[in-house]
Amino acid sequence: MQGVTRRDFLRTAAVVGAGTAAGIGFPSVLRAQGGTVKVGVLHSLSGTMAISEVSLRDVCMMAFDEINAKGGVLGKKIEPVVVDPASNWDLFAEKAKQLLLQDKVAVTFGCWTSVSRKSVLPVFENNNGLLFYPVQYEGEECSKNVFYTGATPNQQLIPAAEYLMSKEGGAYKKFYLLGTDYVFPRTANKILRAFLLAKGIPADSIAEEYTPFNHQDYQTIVGKIKRFASGGNAAVLSTINGDSNVPFYKEFANQGLRSENAPIMAFSVAEDELRGMDTSALVGHLAAWNYYQSVSTPQNKTFVNAFKAYAKKANLPGGDKRVTDDPMEAAYFGVHIWKQAAEKAKSLEVDAVRKAVYGQEFLAPGGKIKMDEANQHTYKPVLIGEILKDGQFKVVSRSKGLVKAEPWSIYTSPDKGCDWVKEKGTYQKKA
Amino acid sequence: MVRHILLALMLLSGLAAPAAAQAPASTAPPPEIAKAIAEVASSDGAVQEAAAVALGKTGDRKTLPLLEALREGSVAVRSLPGGKKETVIVGDKVSEGDKTFVPLFTAYGKDPILAPDGKPLLAELSTLEEVATGRSLRLAIRPLIDAFSGNTQLADAAWTVRKSAATKMGNSGDPAALPALSEALAREKDRWVRYELEQAIALIRLKSGTEAERAAAATALGDLGSADALDRLRDAAADGAAPAALRQAAADSVKRVERWALLTSTIQTGFQGLSLGSILLLMALGLAIVFGLMGVINMAHGELMALGAYATFVTQGLFQAHAPGAFEYYFLVALPLSFLVSAAAGFALERGVIRFLYGRPLETLLLTWGVSLMIQQGLRLWFGAANVDVISPQWLSGGIPVMIGVQLPYNRLFIIGLAAVAVAAMYLLLFRTDAGLRIRAVTQNRGMAACLGVRSRRVDALTFALGAGLAGVAGCALTQIGNVGPELGQNYIVDSFMVVVTGGVGKLAGTIFAAAGIGGLNKIIEPELGAVFGKVAILVAVILFIQRRPSGLFAAKGRYADS
Repeated sequence: MQGVTRRDFLRTAAVVGAGTAAGIGFPSVLRAQGGTVKVGVLHSLSGTMAISEVSLRDVCMMAFDEINAKGGVLGKKIEPVVVDPASNWDLFAEKAKQLLLQDKVAVTFGCWTSVSRKSVLPVFENNNGLLFYPVQYEGEECSKNVFYTGATPNQQLIPAAEYLMSKEGGAYKKFYLLGTDYVFPRTANKILRAFLLAKGIPADSIAEEYTPFNHQDYQTIVGKIKRFASGGNAAVLSTINGDSNVPFYKEFANQGLRSENAPIMAFSVAEDELRGMDTSALVGHLAAWNYYQSVSTPQNKTFVNAFKAYAKKANLPGGDKRVTDDPMEAAYFGVHIWKQAAEKAKSLEVDAVRKAVYGQEFLAPGGKIKMDEANQHTYKPVLIGEILKDGQFKVVSRSKGLVKAEPWSIYTSPDKGCDWVKEKGTYQKKA
Repeated sequence: MVRHILLALMLLSGLAAPAAAQAPASTAPPPEIAKAIAEVASSDGAVQEAAAVALGKTGDRKTLPLLEALREGSVAVRSLPGGKKETVIVGDKVSEGDKTFVPLFTAYGKDPILAPDGKPLLAELSTLEEVATGRSLRLAIRPLIDAFSGNTQLADAAWTVRKSAATKMGNSGDPAALPALSEALAREKDRWVRYELEQAIALIRLKSGTEAERAAAATALGDLGSADALDRLRDAAADGAAPAALRQAAADSVKRVERWALLTSTIQTGFQGLSLGSILLLMALGLAIVFGLMGVINMAHGELMALGAYATFVTQGLFQAHAPGAFEYYFLVALPLSFLVSAAAGFALERGVIRFLYGRPLETLLLTWGVSLMIQQGLRLWFGAANVDVISPQWLSGGIPVMIGVQLPYNRLFIIGLAAVAVAAMYLLLFRTDAGLRIRAVTQNRGMAACLGVRSRRVDALTFALGAGLAGVAGCALTQIGNVGPELGQNYIVDSFMVVVTGGVGKLAGTIFAAAGIGGLNKIIEPELGAVFGKVAILVAVILFIQRRPSGLFAAKGRYADS
């Protein structure tokens, strides 16, 4: 399982460095070549978020290669400009500015955490850029300059809670909302709480708790869950961030709790995170996403094999043992949606492409998806998965058809909507 | 990885079909079961459901695999020569080129279907007709499977399986489970399983017994101190329609259960504090020696821990590759090995750079900070930026139940023991050996010690290596409770310094008391304030404490204090 060798690192560094230097130093030379179109990739390649974001860079690069092999976009080859915002939120804004103003990229694929997206938002809005954002998030946003290819709360949180309340999911009556202390879990839990209350769950059957980033000692919290779940009808809804999950699940198992005492429904644990975990303590717990590597469609098989082959060929750490997951799929089809829209609009101009994206369909690895006609988000299927011993998921419940994205949750902001065709973005619904 | 998955699959399928080995594949089902088996493949949902329920009602264990397969959607119909159709269970997919093959199993008993050559038959997936299973069918099947599996699990060989089956049946409150539970109770020897069984029986009686039974059950649950029953006892006590005797018994039991819960949570908090304290102690011990005795502010202490953790990871990999039979014991090898790896790194660090900077704390601080970044990036290059998985050996997973409602995890018990051993070894080394004497002499007065013939340079290097080695041991222990990644060290370095400074620089006893104090205080505060504010409160408390006593819990006295 040894990762990168030194030589690989140097080579990658040289390539990335040269790419960046070329981007900064000689933009006019490259632009003069005419036969290419520049696109930005804005994912952290170092720092704490590198664990998750490097895979998104990889899958974007693979999508570019695929498109270039078939002749590019509007006859132009894609020329990626990869920058490293290094998990530093201010640097995200700076790098975004560089991509838009110096490199004049046609589109940018990037960001993972909500705080990084919030940090680049004014840059994209002021300079009329275009960002494809591939990660599930807390909603309450609707920017004209961003296409959100990940899930909104009603495409992930609410169906998961509904599943647990259903007879098939176990008819749970008490819910423990547990999260890392930052914007996504706080907003997610606000929405979940409003939903549960609306469904008749009494307030004292809902517990809410947060831990700092990198929290390691879950003894007290698991003790609390144990007391909360005694009686057997409680479930945990977890928005714990990647890193703290191992100590949490381990402590959970070691204190004698199992998924039949209280299942943990996770919103931030996907295949890529499970790569670095001893999964024995996680088996039988649940997750809610819109895609799993185990989805059995022909195009997914192609996608997974192509990614493994790409990882091996490009000498990425992990090689053909790499896995695909939900944000990777969303990043991947985002690139293809942009290509289709550009070809439909016969232009690379942001406004023309944006209009062409509306209603665009694509046969994504997880099944057909569709871009919303007006609200910048994506129609997606919702899948509840059970964690297996090998770090993969077994789908136990699947939504009927595609679910429309609601950037403003009807449970917390029933009066708001998002529409860029008939309205100017976020608007007040008339009573 | 792939090999492991295959192995796991083989094991799983082996477990799922234990009957396959003994029973000949030709066992034919009784006619009414055969009919139901044919009917579950129907395209009419109602017929399907009725057939599934009929199968469940037969109580024939050989129909269980089919019900489970129906729930998973792995049932298909294959055409036999002569136009006949057969319902079969489909196994895991195998890809060969573009085609996908699946092994087939009989619907009754899940015996492998053999090809004419005697090997398991692989059918091409596209030649089979998949049986659609709707949501309502899956809903109908679930209780049937639970009834089957509950009874099977009550007789399982592993006590944890028996215990959780009893819990599940008790929580379901289904009176149909009573006979099975009583029967299991009569033969059960394990006291924890007995407890769960008694509780399950009382819970079911409380829900659906006669009046007298319900009151007796309420009292019994109080005797058991059953936390699982608390909600239901409260409901019963507050139920105006219930007879007075029951209400009285329930109210009584609620009080007793609450008293018991207070006791268990106190014990648990105590243990949690002890556990956190032992982890802090283990992390801070090496730092206490390097910082406390030698005065070097070693910012790379956390990375030395990370080296120990990665040494554990590598050892695990070697055991997996070369001695899978002895895998359970890799951790015992990893422990001394991680000590050696970190000690060697520490030795090199001291000999290479730190020795030129004694008495210049700011420069050593900067230098060790730089070294920490280098080690971090080095780990990232060798092992990748992602976390690596260190698998806990079986004997460090799970926990030992010591009383009702209290289970102490093995890994935490192990770390408490390890911390105690490390402290004892340190004490013996420093105060009972010549080497320790020399270390103390150099610490107190370098010049005088050198005059008396102590090779102070060598002592420095060995002391530093010792501190680094202890960091490696801490890193090794941490793999059992947390993540292993390049940033591991940064998560712990602040806590380590906090413990050493609070305890008083240069005092081992201070470090021990500070670790226990901070750990205990943290666990007392956390349930009330939550993890985020708990941490804030601890930092505030430490700041206030340091302001009142700048030299920590155990201040060094005498001439040494001035230097």
